Amino acid sequence: MEEEATKYIWEGAIPLQIKLHESEITSFPPPPPLMILGLRIGYLPLLVPPLKAHFSSTLPPGTDNVWFDYKGLPLKWYIPTGVLFDLLCAEPERPWNLTVHFRGSPGDVLTPCEGEESVKWSYINSLKEAAYVINGNCKNVMNMSQADQYDLWQSLLKGNMEGYLKISSRLKLGPFGEDSLPSEASETVASSRPSRIPVRLYVRSVGEEIVDIEDAPIIDSWDKISYINRPFEIYKEEGGYVSLKQALKSLLPETFNTNSSQEESSTNVKDPNAPDFEDDNAKLRLVRVQGIEPDMDIPFFWLANCLRNPEFYLHICVFISKQPKLI
Amino acid sequence: MRGVCTRSGSLSAADFYASAIYFSQRWNETNSDFPNWVWIPCSRLGAISEDEGYLVLEKIKLQTERNDSNLELNNCDSCANDELTDEATLVDVHSHDAHLYDLHIAYSFTYKVPVLYFRGYKSDGCHLSLDEIKEELPSHSVEILQKSKWTFMTQEEHPYLNTPWYTLHPCGTGDWMKLLLSSTSYGDKASLIQYLPAWLSVIGQTVGLRVPLELYSPS
Repeated sequence: MEEEATKYIWEGAIPLQIKLHESEITSFPPPPPLMILGLRIGYLPLLVPPLKAHFSSTLPPGTDNVWFDYKGLPLKWYIPTGVLFDLLCAEPERPWNLTVHFRGSPGDVLTPCEGEESVKWSYINSLKEAAYVINGNCKNVMNMSQADQYDLWQSLLKGNMEGYLKISSRLKLGPFGEDSLPSEASETVASSRPSRIPVRLYVRSVGEEIVDIEDAPIIDSWDKISYINRPFEIYKEEGGYVSLKQALKSLLPETFNTNSSQEESSTNVKDPNAPDFEDDNAKLRLVRVQGIEPDMDIPFFWLANCLRNPEFYLHICVFISKQPKLI
Repeated sequence: MRGVCTRSGSLSAADFYASAIYFSQRWNETNSDFPNWVWIPCSRLGAISEDEGYLVLEKIKLQTERNDSNLELNNCDSCANDELTDEATLVDVHSHDAHLYDLHIAYSFTYKVPVLYFRGYKSDGCHLSLDEIKEELPSHSVEILQKSKWTFMTQEEHPYLNTPWYTLHPCGTGDWMKLLLSSTSYGDKASLIQYLPAWLSVIGQTVGLRVPLELYSPS
């Protein structure tokens, strides 16, 4: 099952329609947009070679400094393409219409990208970080030979799953859960260590009045999205299994603090005619992982093993609505 | 739990908060000529956190060879006489092309250590490029930067503000903090409160931030 899931993730792609920003078009008629598939597990700057080939004849003179925007929002190039799509398109847009720029760059807002090298190192750093979360150290990634590092990156670039797994399996970073039990010898130290899963959460708040998530307004600023890069932790003794819903609540404690702890006196008597609020400050409206909306009761460890990205991070897009406070 | 932390060189988010508050109070008490460190609570989806946030020190000059030579030219009589003057008090003397820096200290939930984020500005408010910052960094940092372009100091997104900042990679922090903490004579509880001053005594040298010695004496 998990092998099938891995294959699903590696084969996932977003159909993109990328047009050149009008300020950079110097030819008439203007070039048509490029239709291209963006791998879900890939990154937008990796599409530059075909984009450059397609648009180079019309570009004004100057040095390339490539960046993308979706409806005016500059896109963070270090976020996997699939995650950007799941997060920014409340209603999936097919094809996804993006604009590419080869000149200028909103340098005050967007970390500059120096092409493939930048993406590669951002990727390796994420892999290192995931290794640290899982093992408590990043030795296995730091000790990778140059050849292995090169092959790993090339495999990701080309969407070559077998090539990638051959190398990544040697890093011994998974699967999450049962296989991370400490050995007998190190039990006294390790038993106090929790199991940790690398998670990156992208949270959007949607107004209570929006009935259909697909009507959520377009994001015009990254300030409207909360990015939470925090491992999910659980101690073995806690037992049982953790559902996706429980995992999200533990990763977003302030968001889901119960109302009742703040207004103890007023919530004791429930009016049977009052709307049925959940106890929490916020309500989960939509959760997307790899384009799927998983069941909230799904075991979290199993979900992480199936749907994580190649760098061992589980990226989760969450849409929430704030609950009106009980008066 | 505390014992485990000093053994690994890391600290919990709650301990980071406690150490940050302690550190900023001590700094503000002992270093009145310098701007204050301020704790900014993290605000997420309309909810302000009680104990998650970051420390901010803004618009300061760093102790660099370039700045030191400017200061000599400014002929301060009092420092010629008093050799014990903390050089930090000279920082307020402005030169034409003064570069100012913002330093932020945030907590990494992955590595369970503090992380430094910083940005430099010219007098007109323009951000300094990496090359311009390199001219001001202590020479040993520049050496490391030449050797490891992508793994020592890079531009990353600030964990709470949606803007690019320079940061020092934290993956080795736990290791050297472990050595530093194990060499102190403090008991476990005391050593965790002292975590940030200890950490800054090392990190500060990487970017040329002078940390006053009084910070380390008991309050």
